[in-house]
Amino acid sequence: MIIALLLLTSSFIFSQSSEDCLDCHSDKDLSIKKKSKIISLYVDKSILEKSIHPILECIDCHIDFDPENIPHKEGLNIAKVECSNCHKEIVDQYEKSLHGQALIKGKYLAPNCVTCHSKHNILSSKNPKSKTYKMNIPQLCGDCHKDGTKVSELKNIDQKSILENYSESIHGDGLFKRGLIVTAVCNDCHSSHNILPHQDPNSSINRNNIANTCSNCHAQIEAVHVKVIEGKLWETEPNKIPACIDCHQPHSVRRVIYDEKYTDNYCMSCHIKNDLTKVENGKQISLFVNYDKFKNSAHKESSCIKCHTNINVANNPVCLESGKVDCSACHAEQVSDFQISYHGQLFAKKNEDAPYCTDCHEKHETKVKSDPQSMTFRKNIPELCAKCHREGEKAAKRYKGDQKKIVESYEMSIHGKGLMESGLTVTAICTDCHTSHKELPSSDPRSSINEANIVKTCSQCHYGIYELFQESVHSKSITKTNKKLPTCFDCHKSHSIERVERSDFRQGIIDQCGKCHEEVTKTYFDTFHGKVSKLGEVGAAKCYDCHGSHNILPPDNPKSTLSRANVVETCKTCHPNSNHKFVGYLTHATHHDSEKYPFLFYTFWAMTILLVSTFTFFGLHTLLWIPRALKEKKLKKNNH
Amino acid sequence: MSTEIKKEKYVQRFPPILRFTHLLIIVSFISLAITGMIIKFADVGIFQTLSSLLGGYQVTGFIHRLGATVTFAYFGIHIYFLFKKSKIKSFRYLLSGENSMMFNKRDLKEFIATIKWFIGKGPRPEYGRWTYWEKFDYFAVFWGVAVIGISGLILWFPEFFTSLGIPGWFINVATIIHSDEALLAVGFIFTVHFFNTHFRPDKFPIDTTIFTGSMSIEEFKEDRPRQYYEMIANSELEKHLVEPPQEWLIKASKIFGYTALIIGFSIIIMIIYAMIFLYK
Repeated sequence: MIIALLLLTSSFIFSQSSEDCLDCHSDKDLSIKKKSKIISLYVDKSILEKSIHPILECIDCHIDFDPENIPHKEGLNIAKVECSNCHKEIVDQYEKSLHGQALIKGKYLAPNCVTCHSKHNILSSKNPKSKTYKMNIPQLCGDCHKDGTKVSELKNIDQKSILENYSESIHGDGLFKRGLIVTAVCNDCHSSHNILPHQDPNSSINRNNIANTCSNCHAQIEAVHVKVIEGKLWETEPNKIPACIDCHQPHSVRRVIYDEKYTDNYCMSCHIKNDLTKVENGKQISLFVNYDKFKNSAHKESSCIKCHTNINVANNPVCLESGKVDCSACHAEQVSDFQISYHGQLFAKKNEDAPYCTDCHEKHETKVKSDPQSMTFRKNIPELCAKCHREGEKAAKRYKGDQKKIVESYEMSIHGKGLMESGLTVTAICTDCHTSHKELPSSDPRSSINEANIVKTCSQCHYGIYELFQESVHSKSITKTNKKLPTCFDCHKSHSIERVERSDFRQGIIDQCGKCHEEVTKTYFDTFHGKVSKLGEVGAAKCYDCHGSHNILPPDNPKSTLSRANVVETCKTCHPNSNHKFVGYLTHATHHDSEKYPFLFYTFWAMTILLVSTFTFFGLHTLLWIPRALKEKKLKKNNH
Repeated sequence: MSTEIKKEKYVQRFPPILRFTHLLIIVSFISLAITGMIIKFADVGIFQTLSSLLGGYQVTGFIHRLGATVTFAYFGIHIYFLFKKSKIKSFRYLLSGENSMMFNKRDLKEFIATIKWFIGKGPRPEYGRWTYWEKFDYFAVFWGVAVIGISGLILWFPEFFTSLGIPGWFINVATIIHSDEALLAVGFIFTVHFFNTHFRPDKFPIDTTIFTGSMSIEEFKEDRPRQYYEMIANSELEKHLVEPPQEWLIKASKIFGYTALIIGFSIIIMIIYAMIFLYK
């Protein structure tokens, strides 16, 4: 009867129910011996019911079950469960992953589906009891990937104390201390099944993919990184921006530096050769990299590929056609300034004279500007700029303005001498006035040396004078006029800035002031101060000796050097016995103005009349005498 | 016999003190003229060059003040001798005597007669010790030293003078007076005085009498007939006869005289050049 029943049911081979299986497998003692190992075949019914697979029958997974072989004879064991029957995509990923590859190679530590998901008690990852529940993931992965495990001993990876670091990281902190299940756990970055080494271009932790991986949680992170990273690159060439992990270390996120140096050795295997060259536009270019010098450079912590981002594994060598390094990945602000600048404009036009980042900063030997050896060290800047801007050099040839011998003038100027003779690095150098990266011709309103901005530029160092100047009549805030007001370099020149006590400056200032104050300059030259100045007397009072230099104010302003209260003191600087009557001297008087200076006018004309009448009288007297005297002389000669 | 001896003799015209005074005048005047005109025409290139040739403004300023000091000195010496003379010969004699420097009616007559002679309407007047133009020369200097001297002192010590109460603007007035009066003096001396004394055809090219102090009787008789005949009448001529000047003195006088004339004349040319072409 039983056999008949079994035969009957045998026609419904797949209808073998789990109940049927459990008839035997609920026996806790059910076991087989395999290679002298006793393996329990017990299946807990209650666990099975709670698992994510309860609707499935045993045979749905154990598909090669043969109902005719009950109990299953030795040698006819049920094959291992193929999860791929249902989870094909995941298993395919797994097989390509590090884990899967290890398994294929027969590595006994390689994890399979069961390692993480269990056998019969497979729980949903949403179930807090599941090993794959978010909170349990670090523990799950950590089972193998923590220090002291066999895996960690076998796999020599340079990330140490991964689990410990993770738990201290901001991610781990969120998970363990704050219970935040939105925080990142292992598989958020490494993926669950598609775990690949970071060298693999498809890996979620490959340099090129890191940004995408992190962006899964950190959306629009580029918006807060604009200062560091040029925003548009996120979209167009994400490979050119530094990977997140360059700054935020992968496991201990609160610390920095991801050691990627392993590639450098590969690069240097070729570039160490002195004679390595390439030909570009018919020019032979050396590709030699002095790695020792690089190791002393400002970029010593960076790897080759951090700058040379266009490395392509499809090329041989990988760096073929890697192109020019784009520094904007890290130095976004500087590069965008450069692009605005005249240097950058020329560069955009592909002008051969245009300097690029490396022309000032070197290529592999880039040094920080605080290093005296650096080309961009303050003391070395004039020499650096002079490479192109010295008379006869390419920038000087291109320049069509009226500033001649710019470098030479600078060297002779108070700034240049301060730097070159006194070694004062606080003195103004080219970049202080022209900016380092955003230099523009003075005609450009954005330029730091544009008329509208120069006062501000000079005030960076000369702030005290700036304050005085802002109060003076020459300041735009005080004098409202359409006419041009003087700025610093109208009096002090731009490059040949002199010491103000030097004779050339003192003598030259009158002409400077005279450019705008034509009339008063004329009358100045009518008076003693002006006349002796014309004769080269450096000490004679010049405009600013009386009117002040930066603090020029109208005489009716009590603060003016020429106000009633101050004028005697002002005159006393040269005339120690100056008094209230003495300062009544008309320093800009002219005898041509009868209304303003009647005394002078009439004195002048009285004297002129005296001169003219005297000379007319004696001129006529003499003119009459000459012919008479000549006649007399002739007569006398004839008489003799 | 006596006339022959007389012909070899010279007549003393200027005593040593006057010759010495004139020497001081020449030296100081030329130095003041050059250094003064440098300031007056400071914006004219040739005067700037001259200034730097002399060693710059500081040096020319020093020379100018040194010249002023010499001027004040000879002015003082002259006043002293006038004072001394007035004690010997009375003040009245000094003002109205035969040899007085003061203008009188005869000068007016002589002036009219001279003009007539110039235009061929009469004979050459018989000039005495001083002609009217010589008197003018004298007073031009006298007045000039006073006016230029006082205004110059104000410019030299402006703080002092203003502390006495002179207003500040008077320094400007003094500048105009000083400078224009100086131009008048320089212009007058280096043209009119030079012509009247040295360049008129009967004296050309130089009259060294002021340096040697004496002139030949023949020349004296021709040049100062009235004085000559008066001296004969008063038999005073013998008293004034001296030996002819020594060779070396004539030579030195000529060298010095020519130098002064050339310098003076050059200054005039520079002033005219500056006034016509460059002065505003």
